[in-house]
Amino acid sequence: MRKAKRLTYFNYVLIILVTLIFIFPFIWMLIASFKTQAQIMSTDTALFFQPTFDNYRSVFGEHNFLTYIINSFIVAFVSTVFGLILGLPAAYAIAKYKQQKLGFVILIARIIPGISFMIPWFIIFTKLNLTDSYTALVLSHMLVGLPFIIWIMIPSFEGLPAELEDAARVDGCTLQGAFVKVLLPLVMPGIITSSLMSFILSWNNFMFALVLSGEKTKTLPIAIFNFMSYSEINWGALMAAAVIITFPIIIISLFVQRYIISGVTAGAVKG
Amino acid sequence: MGMWIERHLKFIFLFPSIIFVLLMIAYPIGYTFYLSFFEWSMSSLQPPEWVFFDNFKALLFDDPRFWPAFFRTFYFTALALVFQTVLGVAIAILFNRKFRGNQLVKTLFLLPMVATPVAVGLVWLLIFEPSIGFANQFLNSLGINPQLWIASPEQALPSIALVDTWQWTPMITLITLAGLSSIPSEYYEAAAVDGANSWQNFWKVTFPLLLPTIFSAVLLRVIDAIKQFDLIYAMTRGGPGFSTETLNIYGFVNGFQYFKLGYTSAILVLFFMIVLGISSIIMILRKKTEVTL
Repeated sequence: MRKAKRLTYFNYVLIILVTLIFIFPFIWMLIASFKTQAQIMSTDTALFFQPTFDNYRSVFGEHNFLTYIINSFIVAFVSTVFGLILGLPAAYAIAKYKQQKLGFVILIARIIPGISFMIPWFIIFTKLNLTDSYTALVLSHMLVGLPFIIWIMIPSFEGLPAELEDAARVDGCTLQGAFVKVLLPLVMPGIITSSLMSFILSWNNFMFALVLSGEKTKTLPIAIFNFMSYSEINWGALMAAAVIITFPIIIISLFVQRYIISGVTAGAVKG
Repeated sequence: MGMWIERHLKFIFLFPSIIFVLLMIAYPIGYTFYLSFFEWSMSSLQPPEWVFFDNFKALLFDDPRFWPAFFRTFYFTALALVFQTVLGVAIAILFNRKFRGNQLVKTLFLLPMVATPVAVGLVWLLIFEPSIGFANQFLNSLGINPQLWIASPEQALPSIALVDTWQWTPMITLITLAGLSSIPSEYYEAAAVDGANSWQNFWKVTFPLLLPTIFSAVLLRVIDAIKQFDLIYAMTRGGPGFSTETLNIYGFVNGFQYFKLGYTSAILVLFFMIVLGISSIIMILRKKTEVTL
């Protein structure tokens, strides 16, 4: 480690300023979500105003946001669980049997524009009568989550010493038994990171849901986007909806930021 | 039973993922290539009609919206990447010290990139709103004339690039910070023995050692910026006019608003090859920076 540089007063002010600029939109969103349309429209009541909860009432009441929260949660949760079921053994096999080519295929899945899949998916899911179903959404969101899970887990498994499996086998354990009982608990940090990333990527996903979801399975990003189709934008309710979508993710990130940092920087930083 | 599984473990562990990749990735991509030689609007009365390279010909030579969308895609990516790389590295160097609240600052800095793009796009829409938005209030307090931001064809794409920069500068910063902490202190000790000042320290030691890390960060960001969809579609849907219509948006509009499935497939095939090409160029460049060290 490099010796830490002395922190000048100027540096400190700069650090605070930069941080404030980057969290400003969240503050602005939160403030506006407690304002009436008239208060948002007038520029003199930027900070001092009588807060109202009407926006939240309208978002949960007339806009049915509870349904969309549940939809988003189901899709994110199920696609993450299936992503782990498929991804963990695959990552282990790639790491153990040095299947670099398969690892490369996974990288391709990260590079290819998601929209390249959408036309065939749309045709196939329409033929199978699966548009507006959880199945179609879960499958499409797995495509985003699974490569991330495998990508994060390969180095985790590679980091484990091979003697672990041998030791487990001496104790009468099969290889698959060792995988479940010995190896998986040891790569728990990687599993936490990758499931958080998979969940967040699904929660935030817009494009796939835009085509594949319908009235029954509408997820939060689509629900908030629909606010834009009204002739006059109800800014307060829109901001309340934005708070509701981003709030769970912000809370998760605040508590487990260590895992999130290694998740978003995965692939660029070795180790 | 257990023995049989153990003997075929490699196959059993990989099989589900391979099936998934074949069904959800390989097959759709093949289908998209195949469809790009047809004309079809998803009607069951009119089956797909084989037109060979006509879709590509029309796209490259007769379509007034294709080339502008092509150049816009690169303009947007370049703009966003220049902003966020310079800012991201600069902020990483600023943050690379011990100070009270270090962890808190890092955590807060993380929030833009995990926030739902559609939601933050719409928040920025309010900030950019020409008459009531904060952006113009801020300019006003500095004595600068109000701007139209995303309401103007010229400023719309740079404005969205600004939002992309806000959202992804933190990623460059975090990756750079990780890179900075992995530089061995011996290099700086050696430089100090040679009497290097802090400016020389940065350009002769830190920067060259950091370059591969920065390239990795840029690679990840280029791959995503070139495909930017959520922010653009949520904020402008490609407008005003077609001024923010990138290839991704143009493909989406053709596919799911005009239902020209064959034509869209041709757009997507070209887009796919462009993204693959750019990614390989950056990967080759990254390799080169490693060799010269």
